[in-house]
Amino acid sequence: MLNCCNEKPIIQLTAGESLCKKHFIEYFENKVFRTITKFGLIGKQENLGIALSGGKDSLTLLKILKKLSDKNKKIRLAAIAINEGIENYRDKTLEAAKSFCEKNNVPLHIYSYEEEFGMPLDNMLKVLDVKPCTICGIFRRYLLNKKSRELGFTKIATGHNLDDEVQSILMNQFKSNIRASARLGPKVGIKDAKTTSGTNSVGNRNFVQRIKPLYLCTEKEVATYAFLNNLIDNYLECPNVSKSYRAQVRDTLNEFEAKFPGTKYAIVNSFLQVLPDLKERFKGEEANCCKECGESASKDKCNACRFAERLEKAKLAKAPITSQLS
Amino acid sequence: MNVNVFMERENKKIMVELDEFSSLKDLLNELKINPVTVIATRNDELIPENEKLKDYDEIKIMPVISGG
Repeated sequence: MLNCCNEKPIIQLTAGESLCKKHFIEYFENKVFRTITKFGLIGKQENLGIALSGGKDSLTLLKILKKLSDKNKKIRLAAIAINEGIENYRDKTLEAAKSFCEKNNVPLHIYSYEEEFGMPLDNMLKVLDVKPCTICGIFRRYLLNKKSRELGFTKIATGHNLDDEVQSILMNQFKSNIRASARLGPKVGIKDAKTTSGTNSVGNRNFVQRIKPLYLCTEKEVATYAFLNNLIDNYLECPNVSKSYRAQVRDTLNEFEAKFPGTKYAIVNSFLQVLPDLKERFKGEEANCCKECGESASKDKCNACRFAERLEKAKLAKAPITSQLS
Repeated sequence: MNVNVFMERENKKIMVELDEFSSLKDLLNELKINPVTVIATRNDELIPENEKLKDYDEIKIMPVISGG
């Protein structure tokens, strides 16, 4: 066993090296900063929005980007949170988000499904026959983008980690949805393929570039960093997640990773080699604007508007309507 | 040897009997927990999977998977 120093090790990395607390924190933060540099995620001057849920990933992201912002005053930070309306879950994680932002002097903007769409997610699921993660993801991305643009953010940083990315890559493969994979990567969007860092180069002017600084950090590394920095207030999991396809892919991947350490890194590394070609291939299909709301859409009308319409109909009918989108 | 284990997500405390010189990884195997999915502490300090355990150690196991 290879130890970093004489201090007690707290984690064994995938490559086999064991690190103490001090060296793990250094290793982790350097990995995030290297990811930002390597993929040109943050320019010299930014008004960054941090998508904050109050979970370990987004709090870790905010803590590290706050360090970056404190060193460089041209990088301004604010957090944006979406309250989907999931009882006994989001209300609790949002408390952690508020508490962190107050202590660290970070402005926090909170928006809710109830205010924006007329009802919380829990109630939507009672009137629409739809997979929870489908409607939740569509509405969340819609609100994040719209509100970030209104707030003047140049980019939105999200807490997606290596595990999240590997799951998405495999889900797209399993469902033969290569077009969706073209939008993955450390910078979300398709037209970004052949450009360098700094600018919002995604075609649709209404689209706020999303970036993933934790792209190369495993979920276990993020949890370790969050624990060492007292960022974990609870160990809650969204009550809807166990029903999802993603959860099944996640569990299978974790079994594979335990048997063959390094599998997740290998998947992302090989994906990154083909990603520029994927983005190039699908660049002509970059998002249009929704004719209803002006937000990004792959068709004339965005999925959020289509769901919002169905929600209105369901509210009027007060009876379940089977979704064609799920 | 016996170790006391607190499972954070389940909010459950159990005692587990292990062979002498067992490691955290052995404990997780015994509990059928995938080591990739958890972090663990002894006396509130994180320990790696290859850490040897001692009789009556107090081990806390926390899931790394949270959120949605």
